[in-house]
Amino acid sequence: MKRRDLLKSGAAGAMILSAPSILRAQGAALKVGTYGGYFQDSFDEHIYPDFTAASGIEIESIGEPTGEAWLVQLQQAARARQAPADVSMMAQVARIKGERSELWAKLDESKMPNVANLPDHFVHRYEDGSLNGTGAVSWYITLVTNTDAFAEAPTSWQAFWDPANADKIGLMSLASNSFLLEITAATHFDGTDILDTEEGVLQVMEKLAEVKSNVRLWWRDEGQFQQALETGEIPMGQYYHDVTGLAASQGKPVRSTFPDEGAVLDSGSWVVSSASQMVDQSQVFIDYMAQPEIQAKLSRMVGTAPTVPRDMTDLTEEEFAAVSSDKEPILPKYEIYVDRGDWINQQWSENITG
Amino acid sequence: MTAIVQQTSTPRWLGLWPAVILVLFFLVPFGIMLGVSVAHRDPSGFYEWGFELDSYARFMSAFFAKVMAVSLGVSLTAAAICVAIAFPFTVFLGQMSNRTQTWVLVVLLSVLALSEVIIGFALSTLLSQTAGVGNLFQWLGLIDEPQAYTPSLFALITGLCYIGFPFAVLVLYPPVSRLDPEIVEAARVMGASGPRAFFGVILPNLRGAITGAFILVFVFTLGSYLLPQLLGRSEHWTLSVHITDQAIYQSNLPFAAAMSIFLMLVALALVGLASLAGRDRGAA
Repeated sequence: MKRRDLLKSGAAGAMILSAPSILRAQGAALKVGTYGGYFQDSFDEHIYPDFTAASGIEIESIGEPTGEAWLVQLQQAARARQAPADVSMMAQVARIKGERSELWAKLDESKMPNVANLPDHFVHRYEDGSLNGTGAVSWYITLVTNTDAFAEAPTSWQAFWDPANADKIGLMSLASNSFLLEITAATHFDGTDILDTEEGVLQVMEKLAEVKSNVRLWWRDEGQFQQALETGEIPMGQYYHDVTGLAASQGKPVRSTFPDEGAVLDSGSWVVSSASQMVDQSQVFIDYMAQPEIQAKLSRMVGTAPTVPRDMTDLTEEEFAAVSSDKEPILPKYEIYVDRGDWINQQWSENITG
Repeated sequence: MTAIVQQTSTPRWLGLWPAVILVLFFLVPFGIMLGVSVAHRDPSGFYEWGFELDSYARFMSAFFAKVMAVSLGVSLTAAAICVAIAFPFTVFLGQMSNRTQTWVLVVLLSVLALSEVIIGFALSTLLSQTAGVGNLFQWLGLIDEPQAYTPSLFALITGLCYIGFPFAVLVLYPPVSRLDPEIVEAARVMGASGPRAFFGVILPNLRGAITGAFILVFVFTLGSYLLPQLLGRSEHWTLSVHITDQAIYQSNLPFAAAMSIFLMLVALALVGLASLAGRDRGAA
C-alpha cells in the first residue's frame, strides 16, 4: 500500500498537480469569479483590462452562480485541491460559511496597503486575526414605488404595514436575501439586536406576518418584479437602489427612497480559495480593487456603492446619490442565517410566505 | 442454417445496451439521490455520507402536509380540466380532414417548444390589471374597473392547463383516430342520441387512453416549479418550489432529496391507483 501511495503521489501527483503550477509560474491567468451576467460583463469591460495593464497579471473571468451553489462547488473542488477560481466574489452568508470551514486562504496584509481604506465591516478576519477577505462591492435595497400610483414618495418602511396598501406590495421571497427581519426589527423594535435570540426572531416574524395581506407577490426573479413595478401592476416594494435609479433615468415611472429607518446595505466580498496556487497574484488584485479610484469607477460603471468612505472618492453629489446615501444603513445580521439558517428558513416558510 | 439465424435475429448482447444506459443514467442518479436523502446535513453548506432519517422526519409536519395537499390538488385539478377539454376536442379533431388534423397537431406540438418562463410571463401580462383582459371587459361594459386576475389559483391552473393540454391531446389522438366509426353508427342506429352515444359508447371505449392522458398531465404538472412562482400566490407554491428553495438557496441537499423522493413515492402511489381503477372498470 505504501508503495502504491508513493507511486500515486509521486507520478500522478507530479503530473496532475504540479503541471498547473508550472504553467502558472510561466504567467497563466488569475481566475476571478463574479456573479455571471451583468456583473461579469461590467467587470470584463471596465475593470479587468485596466488591472492587467497596471499589474501585468492576466485575468480569466469566471461567471459564478449567486446563492450558495458556488460555495458548494468551491468546497468540493478544494477537497480535490482544485480551485475553479482563485478569487471569488461571495455573498456574505456563503462567505461566513466558508470562513467557518476555513475554506479561504489567509492573506498577507502587509502586501495589501489599500485594505486600510476599508471600514471594519468590510475587513473579514479569522479568529486568530488573520485576514481572509475584503468587501468587494456593496448595494442598497430600498423602498421603491411607482410614481404614477404614489404621487408622494413614502418616507418609512411603515408603508408596508399600512392597510391602504393592501395587495400592492412586492417583497423578496427568502429570509436570507430580503433581510425583511432586519427591516422589521429596525422599524418596529429599535434596531436589529432583537434578532440575537430565537424568541426575538419569532417576535419579529409575528410583526412581519402582519404585512402578508398587503403582499401581492413574493418575488424571486428580479425581472418579474421590475416589470410589475414599472407598469404599476405592483406599485410598491423592496428592490435594488441602483437598478431602480437606472430605470428612472430611462423615463420609467419609478423611484427609490432611502427610508428614515435606513436602507439595507448588502454586499459581496473577495475571498481566495485555499486551494489556489496564486495567492500572491490574488492579493495584488484584491488590493487593486480596494483603491478609492477603482471603487469610484465601479460606482460609475457598474452601479455599486463604494466600499470605501465617500470622502476618499471623487464621486460628485449626483454620482454618489445614484448608488448610495449618507443615511445610516441597516446592516444585515448575516450570522443568524449561518447559525440558525435552517430554523429561520422553516419558520419563514410556515409563518411568512406559507 | 446457423448463418441465417445469425443474420435475421437481433444479437442478444444488443439487449444489454438499453439496460446499461438505464442503470447508468437512471438508477445511478436515483441511487445517489436516495443516498443524499439520508446523508448528514452540514450547515456549512455540504453534506456528509451517513445514514439518518432527520431530513424525512423534518418533512413530517403539518406545514408540509399542507404543501403536499396543495401540490396534489393543483395537479389533479389541472389534469382533470385538461382531459375534460382535450377529450371532446380530440374526438372532434378525429372527424376532420387529414390535412386539418395535421395542421392542428403541428400547432399543438409547437406549443411544446415554448419555455415555461415565456408562457408564465405571457399569461401574467394577459391576466394583469394594466395590460390584460380586464381592460377588454371594462371596454365591453362587463366590469367597472380593470381587474387583475394574477397572481391567483385561477392563473396558475390556466398556466398548467396550457402546458398540459397538448400532452393530453397527443396521448388521446392515436386511439381516438383508430376508433371504429361503425360502433358509433351502430349505437345511433339502435336509437342512441348524439350525447348518449358519446357518453355511453365512445367514452367507455377509450377509458384506458383517458386514464393515460390524465396520469401523464398529472405527473407532468406535479413537477412544475416556475409557474406557481410566476402565476400563483405564495400559498399556492407547490412542493417543487420548496425543493428548489432547499437545493439552490439553502444548499440543504439532504432535505431537498428527501422531499423529492417523498413526492415521487406519492406520485407513484397515485398513478398506480389510477391505472388500477382504469383497468378494473375496463375489464368489467
